[in-house]
Formats: sequence, structure tokens, C-alpha cells
Amino acid sequence: MSQEVVVPTPSRFRASRFAVVTALLVVALVVTMIVSLGSGQYPLSPTEVIGILLRAVGIDNAWAPDAAPAAGVVLGIRLPRIVLGLLVGWALAVSGVLMQAIFGNPLADAGVVGVSSGAAVGAAASITFGLVTLGAWTTPLFAFAGGLIAVFSVYLISRAGGRTEVVTLLLTGIAINAIAGAGLALLTFLGTTSTREQIVFWQLGSLNGALWQNIALVAPLVLIGSIVALVVANSLDLFALGERTARHLGVRVEALRIVVIVTVALLVCAAVAFAGIIAFVGLVIPHLLRMAIGPAHLPLVITSALGGALLIELADLVARTAVPLADLPIGMLTSLIGGPFFLWLLLRARKSAGGWA
Amino acid sequence: MSIRLSAGGVTVHPEAAPAPILENADLELQAGEVHALVGPNGAGKSTLFGVLAGDIAPASGTVDLDGAPLASIPPKDLARQRAVLLQQNDVAFAFTVEQVVRMGRAPWVRTEREDADDELVAAAMAATDITALRHRAVRSLSGGERARVALARVLAQDVGILLLDEPTAALDLRHQEDVLRIARDRAAAGAAVALVVHDLNAALAYGDRATLLSRGRVVATGSPTEVLTAERIEEVYGQPVDILTHPVTGTGVVVPKR
Repeated sequence: MSQEVVVPTPSRFRASRFAVVTALLVVALVVTMIVSLGSGQYPLSPTEVIGILLRAVGIDNAWAPDAAPAAGVVLGIRLPRIVLGLLVGWALAVSGVLMQAIFGNPLADAGVVGVSSGAAVGAAASITFGLVTLGAWTTPLFAFAGGLIAVFSVYLISRAGGRTEVVTLLLTGIAINAIAGAGLALLTFLGTTSTREQIVFWQLGSLNGALWQNIALVAPLVLIGSIVALVVANSLDLFALGERTARHLGVRVEALRIVVIVTVALLVCAAVAFAGIIAFVGLVIPHLLRMAIGPAHLPLVITSALGGALLIELADLVARTAVPLADLPIGMLTSLIGGPFFLWLLLRARKSAGGWA
Repeated sequence: MSIRLSAGGVTVHPEAAPAPILENADLELQAGEVHALVGPNGAGKSTLFGVLAGDIAPASGTVDLDGAPLASIPPKDLARQRAVLLQQNDVAFAFTVEQVVRMGRAPWVRTEREDADDELVAAAMAATDITALRHRAVRSLSGGERARVALARVLAQDVGILLLDEPTAALDLRHQEDVLRIARDRAAAGAAVALVVHDLNAALAYGDRATLLSRGRVVATGSPTEVLTAERIEEVYGQPVDILTHPVTGTGVVVPKR
């Protein structure tokens, strides 16, 4: 049952490690975003990008290029995409930390256990049936409902005695993904050519076509989810001792569990609503950061949020620039990283503890 | 001496079970006493323990903490009154020994007693002989070391009621004695300590009071020497025993007839 190789990290180093890791992540994130803003068919230098951004917030400067389209490209096309990517990566990584904490299991991830698929079915239903009753909120709300059903199902099915066996969790995930896959297939079949295209885009995952209106919807959800995650972080540490012991230490286990599950659904729906299924971010990032700074949840939530954002920005940069004139699906790229990572975890666990059986 | 935790007429009857697994059980846990819960496997010790800890809601009967119904006390307030050591003490993720012991201080976050955190965590680790392991991940430790980490967490909680479910089970001889001494010292300092043990000699040597359970019922309760007589042990355990007197301390020593 030992999922991680145990590296004895002296706890007195952990506070400074947290500061270093956080600083590195922030720097890497900012650099990646600026490079990404300057990359594409209309290339701009980092100084030009910074100039445009500064001018946009009202600080006039000499760095900003005079050519009129430059500002339009950066502010109107690339920036919304990059901000959406930031929010999506942030949300997915934080949802991964939360799920792993309540499942007491480092392999829980929105994609692996089928929460993303559930949310995608909800979103696809709203697209196929052309529902607009709630305006711009329709698709996110359906995604939320789908994600909530999926995460509750996984939780109720795969838990026993306050813990979740890895194998049960993964098998439950396979089942939920299969059911969601059938739902998506049905919705694809029922739809018109244009709704089909939209649903296919969901399954691939992409930040293409991000709009400021989308961000206005996603940002508050991610903000709420992140605040909840920070508030409950210390209680989540106690969850690592098992539910009974957490209760003996004064945690309202049932209430906390429901709050966390709803927050996971909220974060996943925020991520999935406009970007589709982007798998493995919630698995890879918290795992790597746990190795770097230890398992305490408060620093883990903060660094994972930054790490998730960084991973998505990097993946999106590759997606936009790897093949000229093509926009690769970002979900494909994260799966390309996450799949082998998952295999590596599997092999390592088998070596150290004879597998998960 | 005042009664801290009391169970009266407690019956637990799971729907699936043909008969109650605990029937009409009474127990009083007094301040300043180590109260040993003994009985054969399946006697209902763990169930009674679960009821006292507030994990199991009895079908009938009452459980009171300082006279107030246990179920009416919010979890946080309860955690400031009593600490619980379970038999299973797995820790998910690579939390270190010190981090886990410090989790015992969680009920006191944002209170005046938070100031004593460092001191109490250090004292609890010293008492359980795990100070040298404090930067190791709990998952990398042996079963006995993990059990001591869990005990240290319970001690760090620094409360007046300690419920310990087989705290000596995974331990070697010396650490068993350490744990029993700690329990007795805590009781001497005024705590009410409930101790589930299999070792009848430990109950005789360290218990101020003992309760013997068999088949879901309390067979006897009182001073350990009164409760644990040769006849009663044979009747309950189905194993004839001799009770000798220790030549130095004068305590009873239970020896199976072989």
C-alpha cells in the first residue's frame, strides 16, 4: 500500500522548501505566460508583450509596439486563452489535491475517476439539446451537475471503512468513465453536425476559442473553490489519520466530506465547462509537489494551484506552436505526459510494495 | 473521585446481527483511575470502546461525559475532553512522525493552549521514545513504532480522558511496560484512562479497576483482583488458570494451567 517512495525529508527544511518551490513556480509561470503571449503567427518579443500589458493597465511606456494589431492580438486573442489556461490548470490541480485527501489515496484525479467525463456529459447534454434557459451559466451548471453525480457515485461506491482501496477506486473510475462514455456517445449520435463538433472538442480538450465572457464565469468558481480548499486544508491533514481518528480530533467528518466533494465538482466543472477534458493535471502536479515539499495540505494546495497553471500554460504553448498553423488539443498533450507518469507510479509501487493488489 | 465518562444500560444491535453484540452494559470511568477492559475475542470490548468514543450510537442506553449526553457535545469540544487511540493507525501520505504527533494539537488551534504545542509535542515524543524518529515518514516505520507515534499523538492532545484500544498490542516487552506506565502516570495526574487489554497480568498490575466482558455482557466490574478470579477466568475464557502471587510486588499473576 505504499504508493510513494519514502524520502525522509526533515520537516525543518520543509518551510524553506515551500518558499523556494513557490517562488520558482511563480517565476516559471510568469515567464511561460509572457513567452506564450508573444508566440504564434504574429510573434512579439517579451518586452513588447510586457509593454502592451502595461499600457493596457494604464501605464504608458516605450516598450509597447506602435503597430495597432499587436495589442489586439495579445489582449483580444492570446490573453483570454492564457488566462483561461491558468484558471483551468489551477482548478484541476486543486481538485486533485482535494480528492486525494478525502479518498486518502494519491491516485484520485478528476480524469481518472471519471468526474471530468461526468461533467462533460452534463455539458454535452446542454449543447445537444440547445438549452439556454440559464443563459451563459447553462453549460457550466450542467457540467457541475454531471460532475457532482459522478464524484458522489465514485465516493459512495469505492469507499469502505473510511479509506478507498486503490484498485477499487481505479475500477470504479473505469466504470464511471464507461457510463459517461456511453452518455457522450448517445449525445453525439443525437446531435447535429455542429453540436457533434462541439462535443468532440470537449473530449479532446482545448483552450481554443477562449473568450473574456468565459473567464468571467470561470474565475469566480475557481476563486470560491480555492478559498474553500485553503480553509479546509488543515482539517484534510487529519483525514490522513483515517476518518474515525479525524473525528476524534474534532473534525466534523461528514460535513467536511460533503463540502470537499461539492468543491471538487465546482472546480472540475469550472475547468471542464469551456476547456473540455484535460486529464492527469490533478494527478501529476500534487504528486510531484508532495515529493518536493511533503504532504501537508496547506502548502500543497498553494503550490499545486501554481504548478497546475504552469503545466497547462506549458502544454498550451506546445499545443499552439509545435505544429505550424495547427492547434493541437491540449488534453492530448496532458495525457501524453500523464499516461507515462501514471505507468511510472505503477511500476515504482510494484517495485517497492508488490503492487496495489 | 468524580465520574468523567459513564455508560448506562448500553445495547448495540446491528441490523444484520442475529443477537445484540453488546447488551445492557454499564461502565463508569473515574478521574484518576486506569480502568482495564478485558474479555475474550468477540466479547464486545471494541464495541463498548466505540460507544465510549462516540463512534457507535447505541440502540438504547445512555453515554454521558461529565453528566452531559455524549452525542450532544460538538466534535471540537469533545476533542478537548478526550483522546482516542485506535488499533489501526495507518497514515495516508508521507507525513512525518512530528507532523502526526502535532496533529494531536489540532483541537487547540486558536486557543490559549496553542502556546504549549511545541513543549507538549516534544514531551509526548520523548515519553514514547520516538524523538529520534521525528523526521521519518510514519509509513516507513515498523508496526510497533507506528503504534507509539499514534500514542504520542494521543498524549499530545493533553486531555483528561484517554481511551486506549489495545495500546500494547504491537509492542515489544519494554515498550509495553512504557505504555502501561504512561497510562498509570496520566491517571495519577488526574486523568480517566480506559484501557482495552488482552494481557490479564497487565490489567492486574496496572488497573485500578477492571471490567470483564463476555458475549456482549459485563460479567464483573470492580478492583482487578476481585474481577479476575481463577474461576471467573476459566468460565469466561474456557481456559483453566492458576493465579499466583508475585513474590516481590504481591500482585496476582495469571498463569494458564499447562
